[in-house]
Amino acid sequence: MRADISPRAKVALYGVMCVLLIPFVFPTWWMVTSSIKPISDIFAFPPQLVPQSYDWTTYSKVFELQPFVRQYWNSAYIAAVVTVGTMIISSMAGYAFARIRFPYANAIFMIVLLGLLIPSEVTIVPLFQMFLKAGMVNTHWPLILVPIFGAPSVFATFVMRQFFVTLPAELEEAARVDGLGRFKIFTRIALPLAKPALASVAIFTFLHSWNLFLEPIVFLSSAEMFTLPQALTQYTDAYGGPMWNIQLAAATLTALPVLIVFIIAQKQFVEGLAHTGLKG
Amino acid sequence: MAVAQENARPEGRSSSPFWTIARRDSLAGFLFIAPQLIGIIVFVLIPLGLVFWYSLHEWNVLANTFTYTGAQNYRMLMEDEGLLEVLGATAIFSAGLVIFNLALALLLAVLLNQKLAGIAVFRTLFFSPVVVSLVAWTIVWGFLLQKNGGINGMLLTFGIEGPNWLREETTAMISVIVVQVFKNVGLNMILFLAALQGVPKELYEAARIDGAPTFKQFRRITLPLISPTILLTSIITIVGSLQVFAQIAVLTQGGPGLSTTVLVYYLYQQAFQFHFFGYGSTLSILLFAIVAILTFAQWQMRKRIVFYES
Repeated sequence: MRADISPRAKVALYGVMCVLLIPFVFPTWWMVTSSIKPISDIFAFPPQLVPQSYDWTTYSKVFELQPFVRQYWNSAYIAAVVTVGTMIISSMAGYAFARIRFPYANAIFMIVLLGLLIPSEVTIVPLFQMFLKAGMVNTHWPLILVPIFGAPSVFATFVMRQFFVTLPAELEEAARVDGLGRFKIFTRIALPLAKPALASVAIFTFLHSWNLFLEPIVFLSSAEMFTLPQALTQYTDAYGGPMWNIQLAAATLTALPVLIVFIIAQKQFVEGLAHTGLKG
Repeated sequence: MAVAQENARPEGRSSSPFWTIARRDSLAGFLFIAPQLIGIIVFVLIPLGLVFWYSLHEWNVLANTFTYTGAQNYRMLMEDEGLLEVLGATAIFSAGLVIFNLALALLLAVLLNQKLAGIAVFRTLFFSPVVVSLVAWTIVWGFLLQKNGGINGMLLTFGIEGPNWLREETTAMISVIVVQVFKNVGLNMILFLAALQGVPKELYEAARIDGAPTFKQFRRITLPLISPTILLTSIITIVGSLQVFAQIAVLTQGGPGLSTTVLVYYLYQQAFQFHFFGYGSTLSILLFAIVAILTFAQWQMRKRIVFYES
């Protein structure tokens, strides 16, 4: 902001930031390094910041003890379906609320916004009963349908609406003169311009689905159906205590791919989040 | 898709007097919002009605009985001594989380707003826990916070004997708050950073010419101008704090005692571990009421506190 930072102040700023970084960065480092230490070393004193010997068999145990590949696939495909579904539903609804005049639009928008006030935790008991009656308990339907159509997608609709409101009206008028209908104006004009907003909706939605925990443990009961967050907590010994090295190995396998994608695409990630209607 | 068919209608149709542009637009509007509206009705409003209906019943899953008992569950709510502790824990957790989260987010945003080489790297690293799987993050903190874990190991190299973080009431609460703050503070940090970059630089120039010290510039210029963002982040963070479940389930299971049993966790235990679906529904209504009141109160505060809204 100010160009005149003295060299001494610069050193101090770097120092402060490096210290503040420790709790943000160290846990990930500790997770990865501890997962490749032999079990005898993971609680060693003094703590081994860099592993002194390696034990890769932990990783094969991850796959032996649970159908981990299947669980990985469950999490990945559910998150992908939910992300694409939410992008479609929320961009259509957000566009209509922002740009189309139709009767009761404001009243309907208020009803939809109620979803922000009613997190899925509030309705988890009746949702469980509804899906039980529909025979969908221990299937992935609740983890797909509720996020796409229910409360979690309302935030996405809100973000999309805030974006579409800012589009200049002339663009649509020109398209209209050219004889385009609403749906074509939406898909050919509005949607291509909405890429930054769609990207941030995609990121939010993916992370939300990827991290879901309450819903899977309520709805799913067999190991082949589990998603990753739920599966990670299942690596326990006969007394119910966590098998730390295996949990950490599974956690590493869960966290690293997303982290790597983030580091490659971090500019789009962070700026996408900052420059959509979220600024208030 | 239905909308596509609507627009694919032959041209002759559009010239007929009934399908005016306004009518066609209304139809398009309804079709565009229909999936979302139906979704909200089926997965939010009907369940909300049902949860209220359930809360008026005693529901015994094992005996398969569902008896109308009126306000009995609500009386139980009043007499539930455990619930007082739970609400206390929820209040401490939410308040601690919001204060620590917003203060740290603002501090980081101010630091990242400085013109320094390599600042983007710091921004990426501070943000990185947001994209780490929540349960993975929680597991590694649980590992670090063990009695003989990494944190106490570090402390011991400096000759300090650390507590058993997750097994003592005060440190367990501090632990769950801290783990959650470091996980998600990056989101608020980015929103604050965007807000700071939106403050016109001329204002600082003018203040400096008037000789206003830095902290005064911050209090009189920066804070009022970013107040809409502070309000927005505080609403998102408070409502989010009331939904925290995985961290509690993995780190402390609500213990020791009830000291980290927040309302959502208590609700889960009552409904899905003890199968008190009626009482669990009553707790859901309580959670809903708390979220609604807090959101409404903060929205009202906007008029008094927020300096400027675009």
